[in-house]
Amino acid sequence: MSKATEISSHDAGATAAHEDHHEHHIPKGVMRWILTTNHKDIGTLYLWFSFIMFLTGGAMAMVIRAELFQPGLQIVEPDFFNQMTTVHGLIMVFGAVMPAFVGLANWLIPMMIGAPDMALPRMNNWSFWILPFAFAILLASLFTEGGGPNFGWTFYAPLSTTYSNDSTALFVFSVHIMGISSIMGAINVIVTIFNMRAPGMNWMKMPLFVWTWLITAFLLIAVMPVLAGAVTMVLTDKFFGTSFFDAAGGGDPVMFQHIFWFFGHPEVYIMILPAFGIISHIVPTFARKPLFGYASMVYATASIALLSFIVWAHHMFTTGMPVYMEMFFMFATMLISVPTGVKVFNWVATMWRGSMTFEVPMLFALAFIVLFTIGGLSGLMLAITPVDFQYHDTYFVVAHFHYVLVSGAIFSIMAAVYYWLPKWTGRMFNIGLAKTHFWCSLISVNVLFFPMHFVGLAGMPRRIPDYSLQFADYNQWISIGGFAFGLSQLIFLAVVIQACRKQGEPVSDRVWEGANGLEWEIPSPAPYHTFETPPVVK
Amino acid sequence: MQQSYEKYYVPAQSPWPIVGAVALFLIAVGAANVVMEYSNQSDGYGPYILALGLVVLLVMIVGWFKNQIDESMAGLYSAQLGRSYRQGMTWFIFSEIMFFGAFFGALFYARMISVPWLGGASNNAMTNAVLWPEFQALWPLVTTPGGTTTEAMGPAGLPTINTIILLISSVTLHFAHVGLEKNKRKQLAWMLGATIALGGIFLFFQVQEYIHAYRDLGLTLQSGIYGNTFFLLTGFHGMHVTLGTIILLVLFFRVLKGHFTPDNHFAFQAGAWYWHFVDVVWVMLFLFVYVL
Repeated sequence: MSKATEISSHDAGATAAHEDHHEHHIPKGVMRWILTTNHKDIGTLYLWFSFIMFLTGGAMAMVIRAELFQPGLQIVEPDFFNQMTTVHGLIMVFGAVMPAFVGLANWLIPMMIGAPDMALPRMNNWSFWILPFAFAILLASLFTEGGGPNFGWTFYAPLSTTYSNDSTALFVFSVHIMGISSIMGAINVIVTIFNMRAPGMNWMKMPLFVWTWLITAFLLIAVMPVLAGAVTMVLTDKFFGTSFFDAAGGGDPVMFQHIFWFFGHPEVYIMILPAFGIISHIVPTFARKPLFGYASMVYATASIALLSFIVWAHHMFTTGMPVYMEMFFMFATMLISVPTGVKVFNWVATMWRGSMTFEVPMLFALAFIVLFTIGGLSGLMLAITPVDFQYHDTYFVVAHFHYVLVSGAIFSIMAAVYYWLPKWTGRMFNIGLAKTHFWCSLISVNVLFFPMHFVGLAGMPRRIPDYSLQFADYNQWISIGGFAFGLSQLIFLAVVIQACRKQGEPVSDRVWEGANGLEWEIPSPAPYHTFETPPVVK
Repeated sequence: MQQSYEKYYVPAQSPWPIVGAVALFLIAVGAANVVMEYSNQSDGYGPYILALGLVVLLVMIVGWFKNQIDESMAGLYSAQLGRSYRQGMTWFIFSEIMFFGAFFGALFYARMISVPWLGGASNNAMTNAVLWPEFQALWPLVTTPGGTTTEAMGPAGLPTINTIILLISSVTLHFAHVGLEKNKRKQLAWMLGATIALGGIFLFFQVQEYIHAYRDLGLTLQSGIYGNTFFLLTGFHGMHVTLGTIILLVLFFRVLKGHFTPDNHFAFQAGAWYWHFVDVVWVMLFLFVYVL
């Protein structure tokens, strides 16, 4: 991979000179952000939007944890509690994690492959600006008469059909817009990668973040339309008298789960594959060694993506399926641990005998590797059909997917922000504050999610505002960890705001001593327009 | 190789995406309100918001496409940009295939799994005996477990005629494309016009069929899973034919204005791909909804 990053100095110089010329054309004011077609502007918009959604969804998690601090009904009504779990999930999945990765893709993919911009810049703007509107609709539904969606982010029928409130229509159409946004973003990423790589950057020289996003984008285009189909059927079942998910009309509520999870399982990998790409950039930089097993990383990513289409029913082992299907989905699921294991092995092998240093991005990357592996292993436990009958719908599941999504996906996003932020702003962020953020997050995230394994195994059900007395101690710890984790993210906000306000030491073009890739060849901060003349990759 | 990387056209700021975002917002809010008002039998602002959203969307499409066409006619586009557009369109059609896949999936699930199970198949004898002992698992499902009855829509008559119409329209569109590539403008215009006419006839017959279903057969959106899959599959297909016909109509007027050359006609190609895709969906529909 290091070969991919050598560009001829002549080209780099020419590009830099060219960019100076363009610096004058940066538009000013609010309209810059509304009308922009620039991939860096749109990347910034996505990242800030995702951060705001992360804090919004986080505030809802705080409500959940406050209610669960003690057994009994304390602070909120059960129906509002259900709305909080639902909207927390929807916001974190569709509003925080996915837009953050799209923002990183916007910033980084053109710079990594030597392209002047995304392939379809106007559509790029459109796919961002419909998102705030979609979430405005979703959040507004909380204030309607009867409240917002309260059926869980998975909106299982008949909770979302027979037993839901009227605002389900708002939920359905906001999900439609989120889907449109994701599909357009994904089409843009794929076309950019297929069509705009610099001369000489052939497939197996492509940086891994680009590879993982290419495969992620394919998954998005394949499954977001299926989600659109699912919400459409929910809409017609609820409002127009169809019976897709109603046995009295020949349908089946379990059919909802099949359709939903056919979307939902690839969706899980949509939220983790770009994270794998990020970690595969950071670990080699701070181990000062090329990535171990580049080709196997590419093949492992592709295998995970393909397998993701044939494992969906492991989410529904307890809902009624013939035994041979349960066996199939169990073994197919376990098969995924092979390519995932290859990845973890490769990261560890990259560090083996490297000259390691522990800058902030590396700290997050290491935490990712350890904590994501914990989440992966609890996933393997859940994959075993007979024991899943015990774990299903308990806090063990909550612990599992928060380990892979918070200390997995979110930690990788934070690692990426710390890694590339100096390139974006031209200044080094406040390292002391960033390390404080890391240690506070690392400790609190484990206080928050690790005890959930225990209460889950002991039988505490998820999505219930009350619980038996014997779970009280652990739940207090969990809530304390939750509040601490939530507060820790305000430190992150402070670091990012400082960096955006250009406080801190100016950084060199390469920023990190061991960094490799086209994005480190251009000046820091990255000029508004880069690679208008494509570099030649040797 | 070197040539194709020379200059990639990156448009300056554009007002159209934000107009389009506002349009989608109004459409979503309007449509959601229409749906809620419909189910509550109440009056409200829903239809007006929806209509406003559609108007704004129309303004956006016209404005955006005008930009796009002007840039194309001004020769700003490179071969590389043409490839971007073609690939983008291909992936868009792939997403559409997956959208229809969700509804075909529901159809197959109902036919292969949920209806037979309700009738006691596999190891579900007790499901049948306890829930709806009278229920017979048959497809088309003319009597639902809950007791709603309807009549099935067979393939004979209108559906077969419509299949033939759409298949012919794919052929005429292909010859329009051939005309374009050989620079035979007359063949292009006539064949494209014929395709649009066939699309229109198809839609007309489709409306007739819906009237027949509602009036004569008692086949409605409420008649259980058979009617649900029938109307959602044919309905979404009909919406796509409508959209395709509008696209072809726009292309037709552009052809009359002398747009498109034998080697620069992305919009035509995209419209043609879309039309062929809609035809393929119909063939699948005809097979699985009407015949089998």
